[in-house]
Amino acid sequence: MAAIWTLSFYLVWPACLALTPPAELPHPHNLPPELGLNRSDGSLSVDLPLALRVFSVDYHHVQAPFEIVLWIMLASLAKLGFHWSGRVPAVVPESCLLIMVGLLVGGVIYGVRHSAPPTLSADAFFLFLLPPIVLDAGYFLPGRLFFENLGTILWYAVLGTLWNVLGIGLSLYGVCLLAPDSLGDLSLLHCLLFGSLIAAVDPVAVLSVFQEMHVNDQLHILVFGESLLNDAVTVVLYKLFESFLRLPSVSGLDVFLGGCRVVVVGLGGLFVGLFFGLVAALTSRFTSRAQVIAPLFVFLYSYLSYLTSEMLHLSGIMAIVTCAVTMKQYVEANVSERSNTSIQYFLKMWSSVSETLIFIFLGVSTIQDVHMWSWPFVCSTLLLCLVWRASGVLLLTAVVNKLRRNTVTFRDQFIIAYGGLRGAICFSLVFLIDDFPKKRLFITTTIVVILFTVFVQGMTIKPLVELLDVKRKKRALPTVSEEIHSRLIDHLLAGIEDVVGYWGQHYWKDKFEQFNRKYLRRFLIREDNQASSSILRVYQELERREQRGDEEAPSIVDPRSHSRPLLPEEMDSIRRILSRNLQNFNNKTPAYSRHTLHQDANRDRVRKSLHRHQSLGERYTFTQVEEAEFSGSHRARKGLSRSHTVCSISPLAVLQEPSVPAASARTTIPTSSPAAREEQSAAQHQTSVGGATKKQLSFVLENENQQ
Amino acid sequence: MGSSSSNMNHIPDAEELMQETGFSSAHLLRLYERFEFLDREKRGELTPDDFEAVGRLALNPIGGRIIGAFFSQGQETVDFASFVRILAHFRPADTNRRDGAPQDPANSRTRKLKFAFQLYDQDGDGMISRVELLQVLRAMMGIQVTEEQLQSIAERAIQEADLDRDDAISFDEFKKSLEKVNIDHKMSILFLR
Repeated sequence: MAAIWTLSFYLVWPACLALTPPAELPHPHNLPPELGLNRSDGSLSVDLPLALRVFSVDYHHVQAPFEIVLWIMLASLAKLGFHWSGRVPAVVPESCLLIMVGLLVGGVIYGVRHSAPPTLSADAFFLFLLPPIVLDAGYFLPGRLFFENLGTILWYAVLGTLWNVLGIGLSLYGVCLLAPDSLGDLSLLHCLLFGSLIAAVDPVAVLSVFQEMHVNDQLHILVFGESLLNDAVTVVLYKLFESFLRLPSVSGLDVFLGGCRVVVVGLGGLFVGLFFGLVAALTSRFTSRAQVIAPLFVFLYSYLSYLTSEMLHLSGIMAIVTCAVTMKQYVEANVSERSNTSIQYFLKMWSSVSETLIFIFLGVSTIQDVHMWSWPFVCSTLLLCLVWRASGVLLLTAVVNKLRRNTVTFRDQFIIAYGGLRGAICFSLVFLIDDFPKKRLFITTTIVVILFTVFVQGMTIKPLVELLDVKRKKRALPTVSEEIHSRLIDHLLAGIEDVVGYWGQHYWKDKFEQFNRKYLRRFLIREDNQASSSILRVYQELERREQRGDEEAPSIVDPRSHSRPLLPEEMDSIRRILSRNLQNFNNKTPAYSRHTLHQDANRDRVRKSLHRHQSLGERYTFTQVEEAEFSGSHRARKGLSRSHTVCSISPLAVLQEPSVPAASARTTIPTSSPAAREEQSAAQHQTSVGGATKKQLSFVLENENQQ
Repeated sequence: MGSSSSNMNHIPDAEELMQETGFSSAHLLRLYERFEFLDREKRGELTPDDFEAVGRLALNPIGGRIIGAFFSQGQETVDFASFVRILAHFRPADTNRRDGAPQDPANSRTRKLKFAFQLYDQDGDGMISRVELLQVLRAMMGIQVTEEQLQSIAERAIQEADLDRDDAISFDEFKKSLEKVNIDHKMSILFLR
């Protein structure tokens, strides 16, 4: 049933798009010219005997934004459609489905207009579609995991990409030499240029496929980090070879300068990102009086960092990722909870739309007139991509495993190699090449490679993973004992490393944390937010939740909750405390995942709500921090209404035992003076209902029942 | 290193130590240099003050306990052999068993866990009592956590681990609660391989 509706959508929509006059999308050089209907003045009028036009249509006036909106609408409806169509998304990754929709739309447009449909212009891609995705990736990057594996990630990104580029380029040149009649006019530089753009593993494609699979965090971060960072190498090499192509001859000096350029581009992007990230953090410090526009700064500064580094021909992706990573913790501490939510939701939304649009356009752009086919070239490219990637991964891993504690197993290597999907970045880069006779061949080959990797590799990776039994992300969370003892061991190791004088990973991490605590946090975070920002954040999230009166589905139930009804919630809250307060801050956010903001926020909420219940009275003193949001009259109501919202979230897990009279709860509420945080323990004791959290939870329910 | 052989002669019982702990001669030498660096008064032994001079150790929440772990019962000083023996716990596990290696090397999983266990168990009775657990928790958590939260965390930890219900965690229970953790990975300093 749902399938029928979705199908009809997909047929109606392309028809709409086909019938609109061709858009004036910003085109760079070398795109197929747009033919089509041209109205004389773009307006239609009903002829009446009177001179007055009662009804007229002036499409031309709104054409550009209208069409953009139509495309975005198509993308979003397509996405909606998938999630309604049952089991299909489980088998076919979303990216494939989107490309198919794009193909369909492109086909319809072509059929109706008999000319090429609008294609994805490289400028639009690089300037508008790519930044949101990369920003989203950077903002939700699991920081600790990323930095722990940074060496390995850089190893794969830089060396792996170089290996791939040179390998593919040189082998393709060899192939061209072997088939001189059809491919003879491709020079070595052309092949290297092509190699540089086809070797790039695309973060968008990789992410969208890994979504469906739950591989362990380490593997995820390796592939994802590599795809993100190899941009610096790829784009630089691409530009390098392109400028070499324009030079009359290439000398050794040029090559050397090219190498320097790689470093400059990468590091330059990094510094630009750092700069903007710190400025953004500083700006967010002063947003307390105009909280509504606080999220805007996050986006503006990130985008600015991207544009600045693009302007300076540095790596825009590095800049925006660094900016996001840098400013995240300070911004989160500075802005209100609502702003935080806005930031997160907007990021998710934009990146989702962007990604959808990219894939649809990839499909649409496949339908065009400019294809040039060459069996040897295309097939050898496909083969070489796979071969070189596999060999590169094997070789690099063999070396890097000697230096890592956690070895990258063979199965992981297979996933890294096989999961190297190409995507829209290659596609845009190929359009940017200066025109030369064989350019259409490159375009065709690129499209084929992208389609192959996304469809074939994207669809088969999951069954292959299951076949190889990749170490799945452990669903079971660590127990409290494990957490405590692990932290102890971390401290112990740090101490021993100090004794031995070894600059291990703990050293740098601790050093940064110290620097962060002493200087950066003090400078960049608002005064009153500095001391207990983590607990505060918990509390503010609760308040924020209450403000919104959320109705989001309480679908997250701890699976163990049915066996021992109460302790898991208590456990979650304990875990929450531990993860926030143990000195080696262990970032417990799950691995980056495009679609899990909803779940993540929910789970946090469930935990935090119960965390709060652990010590209701004490928590209440923190209400007062966000003075701007709460007026005095709300205070008394707060306690009761809060319990109300919380109970609506986790109906299943909480016991229904009105044992302790609500009076004990009510007595704590009036003690809501804006006490200093140090007095928390005093208020604390009033709620210690025999130390049994069972009772605390139930008296909360009692509150609700009695409202 | 040209002078290595002569330096090795300075190290008492070098061969025995290498055999017992599994350190290579290069590592042993490096440790000896570090030992001499820490031993500011050149007595050939380390006192707790020498350890505390390592600045960052003072910032470590369990710094005092770590220092204490180097000094066995009742001893005031640590000589080089004991120093090395303690540090041998932090070698990564040997992947291939060498001939003549001791049966229960210092860097075995059990010994590593025992070392960590002793950080908790300051009174040496072989059990981590609730009080001892609370002390460590308090040290690690700082001031941001209230007493009651600490109590509930400790309560939970003991509940999980304490199988024979004696309200304390024995070494076996400790080991069991960490069975899913890759201790070799967590408790090794790579360069000491």
